[in-house]
Amino acid sequence: MLSYVVRRLATAALILLGASFLVYLLTASSGDPLEDLRASNAPNRQQLMDARSQLLDLDTPAPLRYFKWLGGAAQCLVPFAGTCDLGKSITGQPITEALGIALVQTLTLVTGATVLAILIGITLGVVTALRQYSALDYGVTFMAFLFFSLPIFWVAVLLKEFGAIGFNNFLRNPVIPLPVSLGTAAVLGIVVAVAAGGGIKRRLISGGAVFVAVTAVMIYFSATLWFKNPGLGPVVIGIAGVGMAFAVTTLVSGLKNRKALQSSLIVVGLGLIAYFAVQPLLDQATGLMIFLLAVATVLIGVGVGYLMGGYDRGQSMRAAGITAFLMGGLVALDRFMQAWPAYVSNSRVRGRPIATIGAGTPNLQGDYWILSIDTFTHLILPTIALILVSLASYTRFTRSSMLEIMNMDYIRTARAKGLSERSVVMGHAFRNALIPLATIVAFDIGALIGGAVITETVFSVRGMGFLFLDGITHVDPNPVMGVFLCVAVTAMVFNLIADLAYSALDPRVRIKA
Amino acid sequence: MSQPTQEEVILAQQAQHETVPGTEPEFQGLSQGQIVRKRFFGHTGALVGLAAFALIFIVAFTSVGFAGIPGWWKYNHEQITPLVNDGVPSASLWPLAWGEHPFGQDRVGRDLFAMTMRGAQQSIIIMVIIGAIAGLIGAVVGGLAGYFRGWVEAILMRLTDVIIIIPVLLLAAVVAQMASRRDADGWFSAFAASNGVVVLGIFLGLVSWVGLARLVRGEFLTLREREFVDAARISGASNARIIFKHILPNAVGVLIVNVTLTMSAAILLETALSYLGVGVKSPDTSLGLLISQNQEAFSTRPWLFWFPGLFIVAICLSINFIGDGLRDAFDPRQKKFRAKKAQETTRHSSETAQ
Repeated sequence: MLSYVVRRLATAALILLGASFLVYLLTASSGDPLEDLRASNAPNRQQLMDARSQLLDLDTPAPLRYFKWLGGAAQCLVPFAGTCDLGKSITGQPITEALGIALVQTLTLVTGATVLAILIGITLGVVTALRQYSALDYGVTFMAFLFFSLPIFWVAVLLKEFGAIGFNNFLRNPVIPLPVSLGTAAVLGIVVAVAAGGGIKRRLISGGAVFVAVTAVMIYFSATLWFKNPGLGPVVIGIAGVGMAFAVTTLVSGLKNRKALQSSLIVVGLGLIAYFAVQPLLDQATGLMIFLLAVATVLIGVGVGYLMGGYDRGQSMRAAGITAFLMGGLVALDRFMQAWPAYVSNSRVRGRPIATIGAGTPNLQGDYWILSIDTFTHLILPTIALILVSLASYTRFTRSSMLEIMNMDYIRTARAKGLSERSVVMGHAFRNALIPLATIVAFDIGALIGGAVITETVFSVRGMGFLFLDGITHVDPNPVMGVFLCVAVTAMVFNLIADLAYSALDPRVRIKA
Repeated sequence: MSQPTQEEVILAQQAQHETVPGTEPEFQGLSQGQIVRKRFFGHTGALVGLAAFALIFIVAFTSVGFAGIPGWWKYNHEQITPLVNDGVPSASLWPLAWGEHPFGQDRVGRDLFAMTMRGAQQSIIIMVIIGAIAGLIGAVVGGLAGYFRGWVEAILMRLTDVIIIIPVLLLAAVVAQMASRRDADGWFSAFAASNGVVVLGIFLGLVSWVGLARLVRGEFLTLREREFVDAARISGASNARIIFKHILPNAVGVLIVNVTLTMSAAILLETALSYLGVGVKSPDTSLGLLISQNQEAFSTRPWLFWFPGLFIVAICLSINFIGDGLRDAFDPRQKKFRAKKAQETTRHSSETAQ
């Protein structure tokens, strides 16, 4: 095991050396870094050119420059010495500093999108696998192919046009015309009727219920100008909480486990009490406090499950813990909505909340909630674009993995034992279907650091991809090398983790020691 | 427990049939190629994709002409004509009409239909070049590594590892620089200046084969341990004969399916690079370049943005569906499981067992 890891790391280091040499040469040979100065008419042109030549050490041939760079980069391997030197960019900024800033930007952009895409993709994949060749399966498959074929820059421009500019115009007078409400509700109702399983009667009932509910909600939103003063209030939180408690319990333990259901419902009750109790505390919120509150919420949920006991304590604890977390999310959402009018009317935002470019409104003043909303409104469009284009592969992969598992003999055995369909699917099939997915997820996390070059370009986020593209266009090898190093090292480490995780999760796979 | 009932025997036979692919009664007595063809043409999505792609291909190549041969459309992608009706598209579904400028015109009066068709041509050319080069290199490298193992495999796979982590964007930028360096008088820059698309396709093909090589290697690794390869080796077949006659025909499914998928990814790669300004460059045109040039005009001339984007999606979608059909045709494993039927069968047999 240890020798395997050491050998892998040694090969990785060699590959990294070869590839970084190639990347350096390619970047350096891709053009003339002095081109813009040669074309300029500035009187001190020669001086500027000399200064840049000296800064980038252009008099040394590129292969030799690479080894100089390597000497500086090798110092990064010394832990805690702070001698890391990746050179300077064309503007004289140290690369290590630029990388730090860009990394934060990129991670805020891609983390949420990836987590959401994985969650939604896995859910859709499992559902379509369980209902193979249903209308829902064909619909989702078609959507997956469609999203797979979408150029992200095209989606991004469309989102900017309709999601940001259109929605901001709508916010000025958020009245939904009745035909629009009826139309939206009808479309959603038809989708639900097609997607729902069962006979024609059941489909009609579920479709009709959705139609009525959506129409009512939209008329309510329009009449109360909800989008100007959004909010949930304790009643909606309570109803939604009970719904979530039932849903979570169904998935985690099945409704037959009364103790689990009761602990989830108790947690919902506690959440409602907490909703009133924590409001004054939330007014002075900070990021750390929200994190601590989230941890405390989950712990309370787990504690309730533990105290309820029963024949299967673990299931109660899990169900109650998840419900508690979701309940806390609802309370936080409500608090965000309370801060929304103040954010929209802020003098820097001027009533156009959804931003099309950048990662934050410059010089925005406000408390934690205002600043967080600002981040969300800037992140929402790139996040949607990224989710759309990466959703498809997760859905398809989960679906095929799940189908393969459902075909296995041990699933038949589990059914023959008389287990409920829920525990066959969730306990036996789903867990094993996730094993090959672990590798894919590890690869993707490795690739995340590289950032989404195109998304960052379209939405003007100055992240890793931007740094990389900027370096290429200015024929500046140092930023390119910095980004490349980060990406390659994370990718290789995560590849190794993926292989180790696979052999740990699946005992049939043994690594060659 | 008594004798198995006739029903159980039938069920068992069905189960047996279902576990061995290619032995379903409808496929008995057919060759592998015939089975694949039959399955592919039974796949509705793939057929629709094939028809759509054929249509786009024919229209794109005949309308504005190709390689000096004039097409049937009256404008070309560089011709500037006076604006008709401020460039609004004249095509409409009701009443069904085609009109002077079906997709509209841009600000200076170029015909968008001609530009889109030209862009679609470029995208298809790049896609085919990438698919061919990546498929060829991937098959050779993966095949050699998987068949010979040892130091051949070690060298080839380390090479693959090196190439897989070099960013494609960087290579495209280098190619773009070479192609746009008009002052240099090397034969390469002269060739690149006149055939920018072909050069871009070749270079992208040279880096897109790595995934394929890994898949082909995996396939060769399993196939070379099979009995029929042992039999061929014992009867004195040479390495070349074993590779080409015995292993390659069995690995060709994986290859074809993944070349198709590489091609659909290639379309998106080309358009993205052109959008970022390192792919196809003006005055030539491409679908990604059209979108990048016209995204600012979305509020005034949205059609300049819609049509090229829709063509990218249409080409990519049809290729993806063809790839999906091919996968199902070559690898029928996923076709067998039917949740409802499985449940019914289990329920049924549990009832008869009582």
